Amino acid sequence: MNSLYSELQWLPRPPREFRERLRDLENSAGQLGRELQSLALHALDVNQLTKLAKTIGKARADGRSLEPLVPLRLAVLSNSTIDLIVPALVASAARHGIALEVIQPSYDQVAQEALTPGSKVNSSKPDAVLLALDYRALPLKLSLADAEASSATVQGVIGYLQVLRNGIKTNSNAVCIFQTFAPPVETLFGSLDRALPGTLRSLVDNINRELAEYVLGSGDVLLDVAGLAETVGLADWHNTQLWNMAKFSFSDELIPLYADHVARTVTAIRGKSRKVLILDLDNTVWGGVIGDDGLEGIKVAQGDATGEAYLAVQRLALDLRQRGIVLAVSSKNTDEVARAPFEQHPEMLLKLDHIAVFQANWNDKATNIQAIAEELSLGLDAMVFLDDNPVERGLVRTLLPQVAVPELPEEAAYYARTLTAGGYFEAVAFATEDLKRAGFYQDNAKRANLQKQVGSVDAYLASLDMTITFQPFDATGRARIVQLINKSNQYNLTTRRYTDPEVTAAENDPEVFTLQVRLADIFGDNGMISVVICRPGEAGVWDIDTWLMSCRVLGRKVEHMVLREILEHARAAGVHKVTGTYRPTDRNKLVVDHYARLGFEKVMEEGPGLTRWELLVENADPANAPMKVVSQGFVAKGESLV
Amino acid sequence: MDEPQIYARLAEIFQDVFDEDSIAVTPELSAKDVDGWDSLTHIRLMLTVEKAFKIKFSVPEIGKLENVGDLVMLIKARTLKKQLQ
Repeated sequence: MNSLYSELQWLPRPPREFRERLRDLENSAGQLGRELQSLALHALDVNQLTKLAKTIGKARADGRSLEPLVPLRLAVLSNSTIDLIVPALVASAARHGIALEVIQPSYDQVAQEALTPGSKVNSSKPDAVLLALDYRALPLKLSLADAEASSATVQGVIGYLQVLRNGIKTNSNAVCIFQTFAPPVETLFGSLDRALPGTLRSLVDNINRELAEYVLGSGDVLLDVAGLAETVGLADWHNTQLWNMAKFSFSDELIPLYADHVARTVTAIRGKSRKVLILDLDNTVWGGVIGDDGLEGIKVAQGDATGEAYLAVQRLALDLRQRGIVLAVSSKNTDEVARAPFEQHPEMLLKLDHIAVFQANWNDKATNIQAIAEELSLGLDAMVFLDDNPVERGLVRTLLPQVAVPELPEEAAYYARTLTAGGYFEAVAFATEDLKRAGFYQDNAKRANLQKQVGSVDAYLASLDMTITFQPFDATGRARIVQLINKSNQYNLTTRRYTDPEVTAAENDPEVFTLQVRLADIFGDNGMISVVICRPGEAGVWDIDTWLMSCRVLGRKVEHMVLREILEHARAAGVHKVTGTYRPTDRNKLVVDHYARLGFEKVMEEGPGLTRWELLVENADPANAPMKVVSQGFVAKGESLV
Repeated sequence: MDEPQIYARLAEIFQDVFDEDSIAVTPELSAKDVDGWDSLTHIRLMLTVEKAFKIKFSVPEIGKLENVGDLVMLIKARTLKKQLQ
């Protein structure tokens, strides 16, 4: 089974202590609806969905408020066993911000419930009725090669569905949700089944087409179960053993997926689908890092496997824009560097014109996303944020839980598919005004100024469980050190490039202090992310010849920790002053204030933009950050003299 | 997988399926001993067991189960067969 769908891989995995957290909610004084939603926002299996629904049911029975979840009453009419599905529906609806109450009549009472005015379904005054029927509920007679008879069968089925619908409309005036029918796997002839009138496959095909047309005209709602079953594979969808044993319409493993699709449909009926797609840029919209790789280095070209993956993301974004979804950008970059590909790269499909709000700066993304929401005058719950970096995703989820943040796989080829699998932009109707919406927001949007910070970034950083590891240069790290020295452009104070022999020389020179820095966190090992070379200056002085860092770990106070490490070794070596230089290039504006932020004093300005800085070791105390420090491989001072 | 390991895993599964910590998973345990062990919960239990042990049961096999002891024997036979393949 394709795990993207069966395991809802756009959602984060549930916390290990899911049960305990759920149980704590029963006595929690907080906003119950919000807390239930945040638990529901994980990829839950049937057992977990069942438990979550039980908690919701209990809260409701106790008269507790489920706000801000929006109430909706859904009746489900089915010819199959839905007892396992109903709790999954309730829990999945909470994921989408809906407090769902399900009316479940007795098994297989579809027509009676729809057509009797005082039936359980009709008297419960549902907001919507889901006709959860599968092909076994339909009078399907084989009429091989008989076009007339098969057409009559199809019309008979559509007529039956219309009668059900009219009964519901008359008796309760609820919105009807029709399901298309997943065709059975077993063929009669083989491929001919599709072509020949009157085969099961051909009948189901025609019923689905006619039903879709009918719904488009009648103002009812369609849930494309046939499309869903095709997506995951009909053979995985239909589980004949479960049908025989318990009258399950489809495989138990796909209940979470089906329930999420029902939930997003009722969410769309309530008008609560999302409206804005916020894109990260580096390694999300193009391959590579524009600040380091430059216009020539980023991958967005046709004919290149990596480039095409990112082009697919761009194409999807453009298509979404065409149907009225507003596009925005949130990127950690210098503004003009981030805009360059949109303006100059010939293969880019996305242009600046398509982006309603463009936020490229060095603030944290939660702050930027909030500014985007304000700029567009839309709620955070209208936003979807696409970013390849798990740390950024985690930060936004923690600080702005209303924003939808899909998980992304390692392989960029699946980014576009994963985004659509999440169903964030589900709509039940399409009006021509939708076509104009993206442009409308754009006209109103001005660039927002982002100064204020949101939430507690520090608390989030602490939750990342970071370990920073310091080592002097060594043979194992050398290749990566050379690569970083020659590739890093943005977070690079001096942009001095060194060859392998030059790096080896620094490594072996006892007068030169070198650092290679690695960072690991709960999401995994980021590998080597920073390199420092200090050379002896005047007596008792170290001059920072090279200091660079990967932009992937920006905003995590790594530079503060690196300085603390430098100072520690400086003290041990009897050094009383550390000096540094900022040499401007057209790519490293990011670090113009690097030394100022770390408490260095500016001692000199030379030439165009070059600044020199110093820090007295004795009183220096750079900010400490919440991470575990490992310092290894350094030769103690006494030993080096031997 | 030996019997104690199977019982240990089953204890977790029972906790998960019945949302109840206090069920002692013994060979004699059967549906009449546990509140909420109705036919549907039974199916949810079987499906969870199949998934956890990565095995599939046939309809007659499920029908023949009288108690947890039977279930453990079946899991044992199945996982052994899988290892031999």
